[in-house]
This record gives sequence, C-alpha cells and structure tokens, in this order.
Amino acid sequence: MAINWYRYASPATFYPVAGRLAPAFGALAAIFAAAGLWIGFALAPTDATQGEAYRIIFVHVPTAWMAMFVYLVMAFWSALALAFNARLSAMMAQALAPTGALMAALALWTGAFWGRPTWGTYWAWDARMTSTLILLFLYLGVIALRGAIDDPRRADRACAVLALVGAVNVPIIYFSVQWWNTLHQGATVSLTAAPKMASLMLAGMLVMSFAAWFWCIAAALWRVRAIILERERGSAWVAALPETNLRAA
Amino acid sequence: MKARHRRFAWIAAGLAALAVAVGLVLNAFQSNLVFFYSPSQVLANEAPVGRSFRIGGMVEAGSLKRERETLTMSFVVTDTAQKVPVRYTGLLPDLFKEGKGVVAQGSLGPDGVFTATEVLAKHDENYMPPEAAAAIEQAHKGGQMKSSAN
Amino acid sequence: MGEFLSMGGYGWYVWMSYGACAVAIAAEFVALRARRRRALDDAQASGVDAEPLRAGAAR
Repeated sequence: MAINWYRYASPATFYPVAGRLAPAFGALAAIFAAAGLWIGFALAPTDATQGEAYRIIFVHVPTAWMAMFVYLVMAFWSALALAFNARLSAMMAQALAPTGALMAALALWTGAFWGRPTWGTYWAWDARMTSTLILLFLYLGVIALRGAIDDPRRADRACAVLALVGAVNVPIIYFSVQWWNTLHQGATVSLTAAPKMASLMLAGMLVMSFAAWFWCIAAALWRVRAIILERERGSAWVAALPETNLRAA
Repeated sequence: MKARHRRFAWIAAGLAALAVAVGLVLNAFQSNLVFFYSPSQVLANEAPVGRSFRIGGMVEAGSLKRERETLTMSFVVTDTAQKVPVRYTGLLPDLFKEGKGVVAQGSLGPDGVFTATEVLAKHDENYMPPEAAAAIEQAHKGGQMKSSAN
Repeated sequence: MGEFLSMGGYGWYVWMSYGACAVAIAAEFVALRARRRRALDDAQASGVDAEPLRAGAAR
C-alpha cells in the first residue's frame, strides 16, 4: 500500500480535489449533451415503427440507466461508510441521493411521455415501471431519513442501511423485462448481445448517456463540497479556506 | 480491527438474510407480477377467473375486422401456439398493427371471446430507419417466395 | 422549423420530455449554487468552534 488512502478519505483533502474535478465534469457533460442532441435530432434517422416519438430514447435511456447506476454507487459508498465508519464515504452517499432521485423522476416522466404515443398509455403497473417507481421512493426515503435525524453520524448509519437494503431493487428493475411479462420491451443494448438498433441511433444514445454520467459526477461533487462545508463548519481548515476568508474581508 | 471485522460480518449476514427474504417474496408474488397472460395460458385456464385480466401476444396478420360506422372491431391474439379472439370498441394506439405486439385488458366471455376495455400496443426492442425495415420485409418476402416455390 | 418542432405529430411528447430534462438539470444547477452560497455564509458566521479539530485526521 504505497498510496495513503486515508489521506484522501479526509474531507479537508477531498474538498479542493472535488473543486477542481466538478467544473471539468460539468463542461464534459455540456459538450457531450450538445453532441448527443446534434446526433439525436440532426443525424439519427426516423424509426420505422415509432416515427419521431422514438427520439425520446435519447433522454429516457440515459436517465433510466443513471437512476439505477447512481443508486448502486450510493449503496457502495454507504457500505464503505458502514464498514470503515468513514465520514467522507457517508457524505458521498448523501451527495448522490438527490441527483439519483432526479434521474429516477426524469426516467419515469420521459417514459410516460414515450408510452402515451407508442403503447397508448402514460402509465401501467407493469413490473419494470412499478420497480422504477419504487426506486424513486427509495431515493426519497433516504433523503427524508437524513432530514429526520438530527445527529449526522446517526443519520449516516441509518441512511446507509436503507440504501443497502434498497439495492436489491436495482437487479429487479434490470431483469424485470426478462423475469415477467411486461408492457415494457426488453433490453435493446446489453453486454451479452449485439445492439438491436441502427448505429446512428445507438451513437446518439451512448453520447447522451456519457453526458448524463458526467452530469451526475459533476452534480455529486458540487453537492459533496457544500455538504463538507455544512458538516465541517467551525473547523480551522474551513475557516482558513480562501473563499471563507474572502467573504470576511 | 476486531470491531471492524464484526461489522463486516453483520453487514454480510444482513445482506444474505435480505437476499433470501426478497427471493421468497418474489417467488410468492410471482403470479401477481404477471402483467398479461399469453393465449396458451388463457386456454390452459391459468388466467384469473371472474375478474378482468390482460391478454398479450401478436395481432394475427389478416385477422383485424372493423364493423361499419362504429368503433367496434375484432382481431385475434396469438402466441403462435394458441389463439384468442378479441372484441374491442374504442380508439387504437398508433402502433397497433397486424403482426405486432398487443396487450388488451378485459374479460373472457363464456363463448371464448375476450371483450377488451383497453388496448395497448407492445413494441419490441428493435429500432431501425424505415429503409432498413423495408429491406428486411423485402428479404423476408423473397425468402417466403423461394420457400413456397420449392 | 415548424416541421422540426412538430416532430411528425409527436411534438407534445418529445418536447415535454426534453423540456422536463432541461428544466430539471437547470434547477439542480441553480440549487447547487445556492446551497454552496448558504454553506459558505454559515461557515462564515460560525467561525472556528471551541470543539477540538479533527481536520486532516485519518477519519
């Protein structure tokens, strides 16, 4: 172990690192979103069965993927926080929850506006949609639990347990279209089979997915910086920060 | 160190217990998570009796018949093994097409005809431009002609 | 332009989806900036506590 990981597990060390990384990921997100929208609207062809309505895929799939992936990352940080009693890990989990909730809400919203013109309904209680709604409630539950407990370290532990328990929902969402008869179609893109879509459509979807990925990283880093300030205020290093000193002058 | 190992053990045990519990619950609720029944399941009496349920499958090609000057129509839902005739009065979604997927909510009459109150289109996971779709259809027809000529 | 906006008759659905995403991301961005501002103000107001400092400590 040449690298001293504990050094990076300190909020004081991570705060400036996050401050440099967040704008970079934000800029990447903007660039990829612009490129993805260009591919999605200017280059990708119309779909044979769904017409132009299919273009909702370029926001629906990235938000749905990120809703699931952010949850897994949040559960990962929660597990580290529980196992090592690590403050920064708990703060990372805390920072991810609102962004994950937003992604889940957007996945449900865009799915509704895609379902109406294609299936003929905004909503159906099939396994895919119901489990995604549960995912949104799990995010909201983690956020609410945090708000309900005053002691931050106790809140860390309670939220970590809830996040870990809820993680079983993610594979259920992913495999729901295989395990049960659902209105939602099966996976177009998977690790085990060739993608079932035209290459320009796929390119637009993947570029937009990278944009969503970068945005989630940027948002989580910005939020964790605010959380560090909130939770470490009163410490000498926060008081010595240029931004806090500058505002004193 | 010891406390950390104990914490690990607790977390591992908790997750294992949770996985078992979820497995049991999913197993128990399997039947309730079914969004629709296939024609084979319906004809094997696996669909719920006395309450409304959904039937899903393909709209058999050439089976769609519309009654004149009303919104009532009939079509056949098939899973290639079995068929169930469906009657429906109302508007169809844009993607409803013969040979494509459909999910209809309603109930099965004593005459074996399923009376639908709602019809949804179920599209597949394939996306392609119209030219590619036309080419596939063309190739498909060519293949059929060849096989019928043989 | 009108043709583009109509999205082959699916304009309402397409733009409601994209509009919601744009509004949500913009709102999150604004909320994050506001939260940082608030956190800085609070850190400013509280100064250095008498509590023993753990900054830079392992965890």
